[in-house]
Amino acid sequence: MPEDENPKLAPDSPEEMSRRQFFIKIGVTSIAIAAAGTAAFSYEYLSPNVLYEPSPIVDAGKPDHYAPDSVTLDPQTAIYVVRTGEGFFALSAICTHLGCLTAYKSDLGIIACPCHGSKFNRDGVKIEGPAPRPLPWLRMWMSDEGNLMVDRSQAVAIKQLVRV
Amino acid sequence: MANTLDQFVDQVRENRIWRSIFRSGTGESNLHKSLVVQQNVFLHLFSIKARKRTMEFNATWYLGALTFGTFMILVITGVLLMLYYHPSVPQAYADMKDLQYVVSSGVFLRNLHRWSAHAMVFLVFAHMFKVFYRGAYRTPREFNWVIGVILLLVTLLLSYTGYLLPWDQLAYWAVTVGSNIASAVPLMGARIRFLMLGGTAVNANALLRFYVLHCVILPLFAILFIAVHFWRIRKDGGIYPGDQSSEVGSQ
Repeated sequence: MPEDENPKLAPDSPEEMSRRQFFIKIGVTSIAIAAAGTAAFSYEYLSPNVLYEPSPIVDAGKPDHYAPDSVTLDPQTAIYVVRTGEGFFALSAICTHLGCLTAYKSDLGIIACPCHGSKFNRDGVKIEGPAPRPLPWLRMWMSDEGNLMVDRSQAVAIKQLVRV
Repeated sequence: MANTLDQFVDQVRENRIWRSIFRSGTGESNLHKSLVVQQNVFLHLFSIKARKRTMEFNATWYLGALTFGTFMILVITGVLLMLYYHPSVPQAYADMKDLQYVVSSGVFLRNLHRWSAHAMVFLVFAHMFKVFYRGAYRTPREFNWVIGVILLLVTLLLSYTGYLLPWDQLAYWAVTVGSNIASAVPLMGARIRFLMLGGTAVNANALLRFYVLHCVILPLFAILFIAVHFWRIRKDGGIYPGDQSSEVGSQ
């Protein structure tokens, strides 16, 4: 390039840059900023801010609807309402392996997943299969109207029963 | 009879309109034959000459060409299926059933699309094995192997996104399992799943996203990389002739 051959236009010391290098740096930096902005806005655009999905809080109805010592699956909400001698608890019916809906086998007294063969007992503890974690216990409480309520988004660490 | 037909063909090819579209003109010379390929936007991706033995069945088993053939069938049948399919939650399954039982030739088009999709996945793998075991990926063809791997991934993603569209039990649980596999990615797994499904569960947003990916985004990527793939065959010296001494390994 002719400018580079001209000693007056070339940088005097390594710290200085030529006019052309300066503009290239500005151009590359602005393109990089624009690309980062585009990536951020694309990510925001692709993440929905409002989800028209069912509420995580489920009204499981009156406690009397559940027979003593029973496990009841609601396939729509994917929860088990378990009634033991002492009280009630809610168990997620979604397998911890890859998210399939499990089913309660009343003749064997176990919860089984049809997809990859995981089996759990009625406390959600894994008996066999590829599931990495037990089925989580979900937060359950009694509403003012006397209905059993379950929050599917909240797992409870300590196993606690709702006593009626 | 044959003479008059030849005369008619010659007349058409000498016609001014024909000549304005196909500029290379008539003639049997090597130059004319080269120009026919060179001056055609589709054919110019290919070499103007090919060795006879690379055109034989044994050279490639025509696996790449057959893969492209199934892709073309999938594009045509796919566009026709789009005319009856609504990507919305209660409607998608009913539309799929309508295509099977109500729409004239619907079951034919749907099955053609379905079987061609299976055939394409099989042919892509077969093509890949053929290229691998014949060493056709070696210098100077390494980059075309990379393009081929991208095309394999695009094919598998097309297959996976198409799997959800019938919106039956198999589709629903397959995509539930698949999206949970994606969420096993370290650190950003849950975010990837959220972006993929457009929500926290396989639902209306997921169906729409998979539909757009299946019908627009992934086919565009496939066409782009297929074009580069074909063009690289020419740039890398045509189809691998399988002659070890003339290409590689002579040292």
